[in-house]
Amino acid sequence: MPDVPSLFYTFHFYLFGLVAMASAVVFVTRRSPVSAAMWLVVVMFSLAALYVMLDAQFIGVIQVLVYAGAIMVVFLFVIMLLNLGHPAELADARGLWWKLAAGAVGLGLVAELFTLVRGATAAPYTLPAGYAAQQVAAEGAIAPVAGPLFHEYLLAFEVTSVVLLAAIVGAVVLGKRRADAR
Amino acid sequence: MMPPVHALLQIATPQLPPPSGAVYLIATVIKMVVVFSLYMVTVALLTLAERKISAWIQDRLGPNRVGPGGLLQPAADGLKNIMKEETYPSAANLPLFVLAPAMSFVPALLTWCVIPFASPLPTPWGLIDMVVAPLPVGYLFILAVSSLGVYGIVLAGWSSNNKYALLGGLRSSAQMVSYEIAMGMSTIPVLLLAGNVALGDIVRQQANGMWNVLGLTVAFLVFLISAFAETNRLPFDLPEAESELVAGYHAEYSAMKFSMFFIAEYANMVTASALMVTLFFGGWDIPGHWDVAPWTVWKTVATGAFFAFKTLFFVFFYMWIRWTLPRFRYDQLMALGWKLLLPLSLGYIVVIASAILGLDAAGVARGSWAFGGALLGLNVVIVAVLLFLIDRGRLISPAYSRLDQRNVEKLRALAARSALMTEGRN
Repeated sequence: MPDVPSLFYTFHFYLFGLVAMASAVVFVTRRSPVSAAMWLVVVMFSLAALYVMLDAQFIGVIQVLVYAGAIMVVFLFVIMLLNLGHPAELADARGLWWKLAAGAVGLGLVAELFTLVRGATAAPYTLPAGYAAQQVAAEGAIAPVAGPLFHEYLLAFEVTSVVLLAAIVGAVVLGKRRADAR
Repeated sequence: MMPPVHALLQIATPQLPPPSGAVYLIATVIKMVVVFSLYMVTVALLTLAERKISAWIQDRLGPNRVGPGGLLQPAADGLKNIMKEETYPSAANLPLFVLAPAMSFVPALLTWCVIPFASPLPTPWGLIDMVVAPLPVGYLFILAVSSLGVYGIVLAGWSSNNKYALLGGLRSSAQMVSYEIAMGMSTIPVLLLAGNVALGDIVRQQANGMWNVLGLTVAFLVFLISAFAETNRLPFDLPEAESELVAGYHAEYSAMKFSMFFIAEYANMVTASALMVTLFFGGWDIPGHWDVAPWTVWKTVATGAFFAFKTLFFVFFYMWIRWTLPRFRYDQLMALGWKLLLPLSLGYIVVIASAILGLDAAGVARGSWAFGGALLGLNVVIVAVLLFLIDRGRLISPAYSRLDQRNVEKLRALAARSALMTEGRN
């Protein structure tokens, strides 16, 4: 991110922000699960673009690769197998009170964000201007992420892989269980 | 301390500074226009090349009526497809039905913006990289974009509201998700050697050392097979298997929308070929150490032409395979992806990483003759073990070779049993 954002930069930042928010709204209001999934992909893309504009190219690409490219494809796969192809016949499971409650929580989150943006951010959570861009220029896009991950946080990283392994084993166990052995 | 590979990359430091501001913008627009037009013309001509090559392999003439030697056939096909009536299934989900062809084509096109296609071009305004967008995350960008290619096919299958189309879409999503993993894993050794994911660095490392195919043959083979599966080409074209699924995901498409899927298939082929060249065959590198700085216009032209030649060779290889091999069965396809390619590429990562670690610990400089020689020797051993000890002639024996003793006995036993069964019934 440049020190003083140019008009070009500011325009695109707000453009992607708007696209992300608008698609998120469309995503939660669609009845057809497949269209909803596709709008969620648009949200992921706009978020990735915002990450790249903040000089976090690695996170931006991983956002597209993991969320849009893998998780959403599997989602689509499942939706298609369930054959939820007739949105008109699909009853809306959410009642009025749930919708109101969700709206209230959303408003609360927005209020919280505004307070955060207005106050000054504490020192350990901010980087000097242009720091990320300098790092990318000096070490490439991966090394600043890989270094801490494989040195300081190696134990946490490896423990996460055990959690994932447990999830895979659970999926295999559930998948192997036969219908008559319930 | 600077990692040895970075020190090595300093050899290729350009003698001119990169351009800035308006020059960069204009150069990028020019590159975009040139790459896009060349790419589209190539894709159009490839539809003709496929028919000519199939004709050659099957001992026919192929299209030869439109233009000299049939050269204008793609133009005639394009005109025909635009003039044709578009039909829409009445139960289709129309927005997604219209969107799907474009979504299968765009990822192939997007990938091209990070592939370096020639050595840098010196101009009076600075040194211009011959790549549309030299991203620092180059290779990851390619993985991310190519993982989106599946949407076009899946949505086409689902939105047509046709059972054959849906089956095609489901098959292709399962196939592409499976082979994507093997494809990503197979290229990790390449990234380990280059020390970076930027494609420019990968090409430079190969130009200064040796092509990756010599040191990492197994990774190349896994990548090649996965790329065939990712582009849905024979022997992996189950999503559109015409003998069982009519035409699979594009059964309901007509006119230019069908043509769009056709274009997307060829565009994906060209992109996959360019990737093979970039990752394993040195990109724009010409063997012999003369394509290094100082850069000249002639070097740019020569390396660009050589890159095109290598890419087109792999496109030809695609077609050659298509008209030679029959289609896989679905369970064979899944077994190959999950039980052979994935464990193989995972094991290969461990072997190559250990080798690099060992060589680094022994103080062998990256890019030196000793380093390359050690990798080459290791590679020869691994390939020999894989092809001759583990495979034992099951995959690598030509179709006309004599059956080995074991198979002959198996067949004899089978014949004897069926003869017994027929006798028993009589």
